[in-house]
Amino acid sequence: MGKKLLMKGNEALAEAAIRAGVKGYFGYPITPQSELLEYMATNLDSRGGVFVQAESEVAAINMVYGASGTGVRVMTSTSSPGFSLMQEGISYMACAELPCLLVNVVRGGPGLGTIQPSQGDYFQAVKGGGHGDYKLIVLAPNSVQEMADFVYLGFDLTDKYRNPVLILTDGALGQMMESVEFPEYNPEEHLVDHSSWTTVGRENGREQHYITSLHLLSEKMEEINIHLQDKYKTIQKNETRFESIMTEDADILIVAFGLSSRSSQKALELAREQGLKVGILRPITLFPFPSDELKRLANSVKGILVVEMNAGQMVEDVRLSVGSNIPVDFYGRMGGMIPQPDEIVQKIKDLSKQVKI
Amino acid sequence: METTREGIVCNNLDQMDVVFDRTEVLHDTPTSYCPGCSHSVVHRLIMEVIDELGILENTIGVAPVGCSVFAYHFMNVDMQQAAHGRATAVATGIKRVLPDKIVFSYQGDGDLAAIGTAETIHTINRGENIVMIFINNGIYGMTGGQMAPTTLEGDVTSTTPHGRDVHIQGHAIKITEMIAIMDGAYYVTRQAVNSAKTVRKCKKAIKQAFQYQIDGKGGTSYVEVVSNCPSGWKMTPIEANKKIDEEVLGYYPLGDLKTPPKGA
Amino acid sequence: MNEELIVAGFGGQGVLSMGMTLAYAGMVEDKYVAWIPSYGPEMRGGTANCTVIVSDTNVSSPIISSYDTAIVLNQPSLEKFEPKVKPGGILIYESNNVLNPPTRKDIDIYAIPAAIEAAKLGNKKTMNMIILGAFLAKRPLVSVKSIMEGLSKVLPERNHHLLPVNKKALKHGMELIK
Ligand SMILES: Cc1ncc(C[n+]2csc(CCOP(=O)(O)OP(=O)(O)O)c2C)c(N)n1
Ligand code: SF4
Ligand SMILES: [Mg+2]
Repeated sequence: MGKKLLMKGNEALAEAAIRAGVKGYFGYPITPQSELLEYMATNLDSRGGVFVQAESEVAAINMVYGASGTGVRVMTSTSSPGFSLMQEGISYMACAELPCLLVNVVRGGPGLGTIQPSQGDYFQAVKGGGHGDYKLIVLAPNSVQEMADFVYLGFDLTDKYRNPVLILTDGALGQMMESVEFPEYNPEEHLVDHSSWTTVGRENGREQHYITSLHLLSEKMEEINIHLQDKYKTIQKNETRFESIMTEDADILIVAFGLSSRSSQKALELAREQGLKVGILRPITLFPFPSDELKRLANSVKGILVVEMNAGQMVEDVRLSVGSNIPVDFYGRMGGMIPQPDEIVQKIKDLSKQVKI
Repeated sequence: METTREGIVCNNLDQMDVVFDRTEVLHDTPTSYCPGCSHSVVHRLIMEVIDELGILENTIGVAPVGCSVFAYHFMNVDMQQAAHGRATAVATGIKRVLPDKIVFSYQGDGDLAAIGTAETIHTINRGENIVMIFINNGIYGMTGGQMAPTTLEGDVTSTTPHGRDVHIQGHAIKITEMIAIMDGAYYVTRQAVNSAKTVRKCKKAIKQAFQYQIDGKGGTSYVEVVSNCPSGWKMTPIEANKKIDEEVLGYYPLGDLKTPPKGA
Repeated sequence: MNEELIVAGFGGQGVLSMGMTLAYAGMVEDKYVAWIPSYGPEMRGGTANCTVIVSDTNVSSPIISSYDTAIVLNQPSLEKFEPKVKPGGILIYESNNVLNPPTRKDIDIYAIPAAIEAAKLGNKKTMNMIILGAFLAKRPLVSVKSIMEGLSKVLPERNHHLLPVNKKALKHGMELIK
C-alpha cells in the first residue's frame, strides 16, 4: 500500500485506471463525471496512454471498441444520459467479446433529470441495457477507496472473461472525498495475452484476424449466444462478491448497494443502539447477483428491507432470490434524493412491527 | 493443359503473359456483391494498393454496416466491423493506440453521410491520420433501396416513390465538399469506377491516400468513389454506369477537392 | 472521537474549502475522514454546503441526517440546519450575515462576526478560517499545524503567500470565541 491521499471518487478512479495501465481513454463531458475525464486529459498522455475527447458518447464507445480490438486496456466514463447513448456500442462489444472498463456515474433521471446522485440505472446496468441477450459484469463501489480498488478488479475481470465490465457508481461517490490508498499493482503482471485474436495487422503473414458481432446464420448466432450464456454462468459461479455486516444474529436484513449501503450502515448503527438486530447484505457485484447468499440469509432473518436510490429496481432481484416466504419491504428515494439514515431506521421499525419482533 | 488458380482451363498457359491476377490480399472467394457492383471493384483496388505498398502486415481496416458489412470476408487484412455510422470512431480508437499502424475505414453513403455524419466530420476535424474510403452509390443498398442522403433530386427509391423532392426530403448532400474546407482534411478527392479509365485513376488516388498516411504528414486522407448500385437503381450494370456519366457526375464532379500544399 | 459536521453558506464564502481543509487535516493525523459537497447549480450564487466527518473509526456513512456541529454563514443555511443539530451539539454562525439569530436552547450557540474581523485583518477571504478557528477552539479535533498542512493542499500553489494571513485568521478565531 502506498500513502494515504484525500481524493474525490472520480479522481481516485481515474488515478487507479492510469496505474492499472489504461492505454486509451475516450470520453465526453457530462456532470457529475467530468472530473474523471479532466483527470485523464491532464494526466494520461504523460503517463503512457492516450486521451481523446470524443464528439459524443456514441463516438466515445466506438473508439473504445476500436482500441480494445488491438488488445490494450481501454475505458470510457459517462453519466446516465451518455450511458444510454452508448448502449448499441456496448452490445456490439459484449457480442464481439471485447474487453473494456465502463464507468457510469449515475445521476437522477429519467430524461435530462438532475445532476444529483441516483441508482436509477440499475436495471439498465444488470439486465443488459442495450439490445440482445448479454450481461455486463457490474461492480458497485461504496467508498472512494473502492472507486479505486474496483478499477484494478474491473480490468482484471474484463481481460479474463473478455466481457465488458461496468463500474456503477453515482454522483455523490464521484464527488465526495475520502482518503484512499493505491495498492501496489504492476499491470505487466496482470495483462492477458490477447494476441490470438487482436487486429494489429497480419504480422509475419499470419492469418487474418477480424472482429465482428455479425452472424447472419441463425445456427451460428445461437451457438454464439450459448457460448455467451455459458460464460455468464461461469462468471456467476466464480465472481459473485458481497459484503455482510452483522448478519449472524440479524432479525431484519437490509439489502443495499453503493451509496445507499452507506446510509444503511449508519441506520444499522442507530437501530442497534435501540436494540433492533439489523444486518446488511451489500451486493458488490450487481451482476452476478448474490442470490445464493440471500437465499441462505432468508432462512434466518424475519424480514428484508431493500434500500435504493430509485423507485425499486434491485428489490425485484431480491424477491426473485428469496421467493415469497419472507416479507420484502422497500424504501427508496428518487430524482437525486438520498435515503437518510433516520428514514431508514423508521422503515426498520415499521417492518419489525409487521413481522412481530 | 493447365489450370489457372481461378480454375480456368488453358492450353498454353506458360506461353501467355499474365495481364491480370488477383492480389493475395483478396480472399480467394467470390464476393457477395451483385454483379457489376462498384463495391467489388473498390475492394480490389484497395487490396492491390496494400499489396503494392507492402503494408499488409501492419494494416487494419474497419468495415461499416451496409452491403460491405462483410468486407473482412473479401479483404484479407485484419479488420474490425463497426456499428452503423461509427467506422471512423472505431478507426480513431485503433489509430490512437497504435499510431504506427496503417488504418483505413470503408463506408457507404448512409453510413458516412447520414447516421455517421458527426463521426465523419469530427474524425476529419481532428485530422486523424487515417484513410477514409467513401462509397457513394446514392442509395441504401443493403436495406433494399431506400433514399440515401446522396440520392439525387427526382430519383425514385422505395422511400421516395414519387422521386426525391428537395423541399420535402432535402438535397443530395455534398459532404465531400463540406469536408474539403476542413483544416483537418489533408487530401480529399472524388473518383469513380464506372470505366477502365476512372478505375485506373481511382486506384492512383487510393494509393496516394495510403502513401500520405504512411508519410504521416498529418491530416485525414479521404477518397469518395462515385459508385453504382445496379440492384437498388433497378438497372443493368451498363445502364447504371451510364447513369453515373450522364447524371451523377454533373452533381458530383470528379477530381481532387483538396490536395496537400506544394512541397508538403 | 467521531465528529459529524455541516458547513453551509453562500457560494464564494469559502464553505467547501473550509470543510476540505478540515478533512485534509484529519487525514494528516491519520483519522478517518469524509467530505461530501452539494454541487452543481446550487453552487453558483446559491447556497453551498458540505458535510465533513472526522472520526477515529471507519466512517459508516457520509450521508447523515443530524449533525454534531453546524457552521452556518448565512440566514437560509441557519434556517435549514439549526433543527438538524443533535441535542447538546454546537451551532456556530456568522453574525454579520444572519438577521434572525437561532433560538434553540438545547444546543451551544456561538455568534462570530467573522466578516468584519476578516476585513480588519485586511483579507475578507479569511472569514472562513476565522470561523474554523472558532470551531476548533470548541472542538479541538486536529492541531493548527495539521490545519495549515491541509490548507496548503487546498490552496493552489499560486496562493501560498496567503498561508500566513490565514494562520493569523485561524488563531484570531480561536481567541474570538473565548
Ligand atoms: C443503428 C442502425 N440503424 C439502421 C440499420 C440498418 N441499416 C443497415 S445498412 C443501412 C444502410 C446502408 O446504406 P449505405 O451506408 O449507403 O451502404 P450501401 O449498402 O449502400 O453500401 C441501414 C439503414 C443498422 N444496421 N443499424
Ligand atoms: S445492393 Fe447495390 S450496393 Fe449492394 S451489393 Fe447490390 S449492387 Fe452493390
Ligand atoms: Mg449506399
